Amino acid sequence: MATAHSRMTARLMISPAVIMLLGWMIVPLSMTLYFSFLRYNLLMPGMEEWIGFTNYEYFLTDPAFFEALGNTLALVGGVLAITVIGGVGLALLLDQPFFGQGVVRILVIAPFFVMPTVSALVWKNMFFHPVNGLFAHAAKGMGMQPFDFLAHAPLLSIILIVAWQWLPFATLILLTAMQSLDSEQQEAAEMDGAGPLSRFIYIVMPHLARAITVVILIQTIFLLSIFAEILVTTNGGPGYASTNIAYLVYAQSLLQFDVGGGSAGGIVAVVLANIVAIFLMRMIGKSLEP
Amino acid sequence: MAREASPSRKIVTTAVAWAIGLAIFFPVLWTILTSFKTEAEAIASPPSFLLFDWTLENYAEVQERSNYLRHFWNSVVISIGSTLLGLVVGVPAAWAMAFAPSKNTKGVLMWMLSTKMLPPVGVLVPIYLLFRDGGLLDTRIGLVMVLLLVNLPIIIWMLYTYFKEIPADILEAARMDGAMLRAEILYVLTPMALPGIASTMLLNVILAWNEAFWTLNLTAAKAAPLTAFIASYSSPEGLFYAKLSAASTMAIAPILVLGWFSQKQLVRGLTFGAVK
Repeated sequence: MATAHSRMTARLMISPAVIMLLGWMIVPLSMTLYFSFLRYNLLMPGMEEWIGFTNYEYFLTDPAFFEALGNTLALVGGVLAITVIGGVGLALLLDQPFFGQGVVRILVIAPFFVMPTVSALVWKNMFFHPVNGLFAHAAKGMGMQPFDFLAHAPLLSIILIVAWQWLPFATLILLTAMQSLDSEQQEAAEMDGAGPLSRFIYIVMPHLARAITVVILIQTIFLLSIFAEILVTTNGGPGYASTNIAYLVYAQSLLQFDVGGGSAGGIVAVVLANIVAIFLMRMIGKSLEP
Repeated sequence: MAREASPSRKIVTTAVAWAIGLAIFFPVLWTILTSFKTEAEAIASPPSFLLFDWTLENYAEVQERSNYLRHFWNSVVISIGSTLLGLVVGVPAAWAMAFAPSKNTKGVLMWMLSTKMLPPVGVLVPIYLLFRDGGLLDTRIGLVMVLLLVNLPIIIWMLYTYFKEIPADILEAARMDGAMLRAEILYVLTPMALPGIASTMLLNVILAWNEAFWTLNLTAAKAAPLTAFIASYSSPEGLFYAKLSAASTMAIAPILVLGWFSQKQLVRGLTFGAVK
């Protein structure tokens, strides 16, 4: 099959994609790396100079960085906890026979298709708003004081919004995995007297382990870069209370025009994401084996 | 699941599943309902669920005040344009890797995927500056280029997993019958590959439509797609709930419909074939 001629053709067919992605990855990334060693502020053009690791020193010792790092971890961890636990529960439920399965499935996955800016604004205004939000109406109806979610619990509010968006993704993947579970195995265990709980622990969970790992890794990649939801709800505030690394880098480079410092932050973000990516790549690589 | 459930259990499951499903869907439903209220009714306490005077004026007003259709058209051009270009580049690449694999193929695929894991903030500054200097800020062509590159790895991966499922025997058979390469591609492979290409296209249009990092950072008034346009409601404008809802409903409706068709492809496309 692989003659020299066909190999040539194959290479020719692949090369545009490779060249484009190579350009996309190498050119901007090396520019970021280069900027990160410069004193470079957009408000002071022509004043660029090489300052070594100073930007990194500033970025990594800035209290805002630690707060943002903490927020990033809380955001990723919180959303993962809600979506994985909720996703396993929902997948178990939707896998049971009931009336209207198809419709309920559609209802459950809908949030995933809502664009991030819409879901963030809908939650912010129509649910979390301390005067006109539905939660405020409900609190007043029960004789309680409305709670200003985004002012007093900004990070938690964003976690809830993002979890709502990603729960369908976890559910859909776990449900797909659940449906490949051998039902005979379950029946055999049932006949041997295994209760629902032990069947869940010893049969369902081990079967789902791989899918759960994939969900965790892929969501982590996306959740590390949460941006739009923060931009339209809190702008990272109050203070830095809801700023994550991605938002901090954006604020530093495009709001404060500190290209050097922002670039150093960008490189830090790349390193953090790579730690997760290595594990994910290994999992996907295994699935490529015949 | 082939197992029989007792009728009473099935009824309980039905009730619980519907309750949870409606609860998860509720914010979407509430947005759609609010879009048909007047502004006064939208913030009325207690809120009315269905018994209000249904009106379409919000839709008219959103269009009138902000030229909504222009942003809608921007979204259409950017998502479909970047997807079509992605297919032009991606189909040959995935094709070659699936049907003429070499020992490097796996490495190339993995490397392409790794570009997807690069956090966008890592390249935000240079892309922004390159766009500024190249006059690409706030242009549709600029966004088409970026979204093409951002989604190309997913396009290639998805196509690759679909093409891999086309049995190689069929190619052999066609070749034995004396089919030339062109005929082989045109009459044998293309019909078998079309469903995969269609699914890839569908998922990619959805991803590009909802992309909200580059669209927010690289556009202003002119080329802003719906993601960025809706973001402009984040300050005082957002307090006009009925109008926010009307704008949001129009922004999500086409994708909700497309999305419901693409459930299966979603799993394949977003897990890169790791879960099927």
